[in-house]
Amino acid sequence: MPWLSRFLPLIAFFALAGLLARGLTLDPTDLPSARLGKPIPEFDLPLLDSSDRRVPEDWEGRPALVNVWATWCFSCRVEHPYLLELADRGVTIYGLNYKDEPDKASQWLVDLGNPYAETVVDIDGSLGLDLGVYGAPETYVVDAAGVVRHRHVGVVNAQVWEEQLQQYFRED
Amino acid sequence: MRNIALVLLLMLAASTAHAVIETYEFSSSALEARYKALSQELRCPKCQNQNIADSNADISRDLRAIVHEQLEAGASDEEIIVFLVDRYGEFVRYRPGIDSNTIWLWSMPVLLFLMGLAVMLLQMRKGREATNTVADERADMLRKKHQEQTLND
Repeated sequence: MPWLSRFLPLIAFFALAGLLARGLTLDPTDLPSARLGKPIPEFDLPLLDSSDRRVPEDWEGRPALVNVWATWCFSCRVEHPYLLELADRGVTIYGLNYKDEPDKASQWLVDLGNPYAETVVDIDGSLGLDLGVYGAPETYVVDAAGVVRHRHVGVVNAQVWEEQLQQYFRED
Repeated sequence: MRNIALVLLLMLAASTAHAVIETYEFSSSALEARYKALSQELRCPKCQNQNIADSNADISRDLRAIVHEQLEAGASDEEIIVFLVDRYGEFVRYRPGIDSNTIWLWSMPVLLFLMGLAVMLLQMRKGREATNTVADERADMLRKKHQEQTLND
């Protein structure tokens, strides 16, 4: 097959170009969560502004977003208005206040509004560690059975909601 | 001369400047050695290509603390790596285990080597055939010349 050896460099070129083109469209910061398809890790954490505590079973029964936030996290301030909008539309959002000062966190919710059905306080970041959190904000989709379905790292906005998160909240 | 000495001294200082901020006390030097090896081999999830020993990211500090804590608690290297992979995925290892995602990563060097070897052998055979033809032609030519000469004589 002499024609094959003649065109081999061209074929190799297109194969490599295709591979690199795909590499350009991938987001290298988009890490799959190691917890996908597994139940949310065990925790027993206090609620913000309350003496009550919460365990994973308390959040079962309907799909929800678990939003990892902190007052030291600048992007959390950016995504906050959109979380309020989602909460207004009836999406259940649980807050995970990550390595923060509870006083500041309470004040933040007073100042900016509270999109969270409940917020647990993870001062030492132990639940964050078990979830595989590597920076706030991060948002997890947890289904009605308490299983982690999706993880989004970074700000949640209308595009992220429509393309990645909404599908888990459709009732059918 | 004095300036050169100073510059050399500063260069020495620079090589230690990238070391991490916090220091840990270890109960034995063996643990410390294992800590160093592990923190070189674990990858910071936040940064794209830094190990946790070199990274200033908060998450790397946390992971170093975990490695230290678990080493002192008597965990094996294996146990520490499994603990972190359970939470952060294979991404945290610079030498990930073999699974459907990483099989190409691991097999590529061998495959490329074999492909290169095959190409090289093919080329060598082609080359030898070509040389043979040239040699044959030359021999033919010489023989002809010889015959002509003998005829002429």
